Amino acid sequence: MSFEESERLETVPPSGIRRFFELAEEQDDIISLGVGEPDFAPPWAARDAAIESLERGQTSYTPNRGLRELREEIVDHVAANYDLDYDADEEVLVTAGASEAVDLAFRAFHDPGDTVAVAQPSYLSYVPAARLAGADVVDVPTRREDEFKLTREVLEASGAADADTLVLCYPNNPTGATMTREELEPVAEFVREHDLRVFADEIYAALSYEHDHTSIATLPGMRERTVVFNGFSKAYAMTGLRLGYALAPPEAIESMNRIHQYTMLSAPTTAQHAALEALRSCSDDVAEMREQYDRRRNFVLSRFEEMGIDCFPASGAFYVFPECPWDDSEAFAEALIEEEGVAVVPGGVFGTGGEGHLRVTYATGLGDLKEALARIESFID
Amino acid sequence: MSSREKILPLLRENARYSTEDLARQTGLDVEEVEATIQELESEGVIRGYRAIVDRNQIEPERVRASVELNVTLDRETGYDDIAQRLAKFPEVEGLRLVSGDYDFAMDVEGDSMSEVSNFISEQVAPVPEITQTVTHYIMETYKEGGVEFEDGDDDDRLSVSP
Repeated sequence: MSFEESERLETVPPSGIRRFFELAEEQDDIISLGVGEPDFAPPWAARDAAIESLERGQTSYTPNRGLRELREEIVDHVAANYDLDYDADEEVLVTAGASEAVDLAFRAFHDPGDTVAVAQPSYLSYVPAARLAGADVVDVPTRREDEFKLTREVLEASGAADADTLVLCYPNNPTGATMTREELEPVAEFVREHDLRVFADEIYAALSYEHDHTSIATLPGMRERTVVFNGFSKAYAMTGLRLGYALAPPEAIESMNRIHQYTMLSAPTTAQHAALEALRSCSDDVAEMREQYDRRRNFVLSRFEEMGIDCFPASGAFYVFPECPWDDSEAFAEALIEEEGVAVVPGGVFGTGGEGHLRVTYATGLGDLKEALARIESFID
Repeated sequence: MSSREKILPLLRENARYSTEDLARQTGLDVEEVEATIQELESEGVIRGYRAIVDRNQIEPERVRASVELNVTLDRETGYDDIAQRLAKFPEVEGLRLVSGDYDFAMDVEGDSMSEVSNFISEQVAPVPEITQTVTHYIMETYKEGGVEFEDGDDDDRLSVSP
């Protein structure tokens, strides 16, 4: 008997972010602009609903797909905000974070030898999740000159035409890039021409500052080939409650649910009660948080401009993605932690196209943000 | 959004934001920010700037009370007349006309309970239009000006996460 790793797992290296986490943990008095989550607490009404559900002892499993009322609220919410049209009974799956939904989708629709094209730089989980499902990964590196938007040109150059699935995330982690409907059209056209399916991670949909978020699933001929992922972590600051959902045609949700029912049974019940209340009564809280993020975004972009650091005007999520003043962004990020006590994440850990940049999170109070940027300024001088 | 709609919420959140930081957050020029604040001040939209203080942490301790006032009106005397008279007292920190069981809600501050009581009985109650006063001494403040006074606002997020 031995615990020799499976060949599949061996294709997944340890997270590149881990080293920076450890470096930051060793340091006292650190200001972190390296986090991937909001600094706000969830709206009180949502927390209160979770508490009340516990007081009532509502802690049993829910239906596999999630509480019916929650699915109904989700359907109404995405219809009102993103013009998405899904059926609460057959086309929604509530999951333990959007991450679970992403994993389910990779496992449900890929066989060994299938190919997944991942628009990068991107959130760290897509590539490992695809590989764990046995799929091969094609990197689709987006570019600074395109403001990290996905273009037909980079799709063609990367060989994504032969892939089975295209994964994209806008508003984007780590770049803060967003895409308008017009900008998504050539992507959708490419996808239809080459008959790809699309995994659209729209977890930051509520945090688009320059234009309304467009879901690629609303473009012609896209709904039937797209799985949309969203959740409560970012918009409602509920990261630790682990609640997300997938929206897709009935047969796709049915397949994903077959894995979910055996591996997860149902998403955390307490979190479902919080989410239900969040959708019912907390849109003002979301608007208030969005306003705060937007001000901080302006602040951070202005400061980088004053420092003479190239930073494209990120318009979504809570990240900016400036060019690293040094050639080696890992070395820069390491020195910045050690010498100035400021944590940022080197862009290279987010995949091809990220190297040479830094992910700077502005989900931090203005006081700390100001101090951290002053330290960065003195560090590069 | 007009420049005053951008500036005012920020100043209400933190009146000590520098002009430069206000400009950086709103995308306005420093000059625009200065002109907007000037305008808001001269029009009387902004009436002043004060610190929100946790009084438990400063000496000497001050006593505060919230006082309910009932008044009678006549042909010559309206709410505004009574309010103007009361607002002149330096002990009166805040004064509002309210709906419900009483007419005015008045915040009073003094060095001791006896000082506040004396002020109410000797200065306020004798005002002819005032028919009744009910004084509530403030025992503890949990939130003021939108700021919670509890501890434990620590950031417990992981310092680096994906």
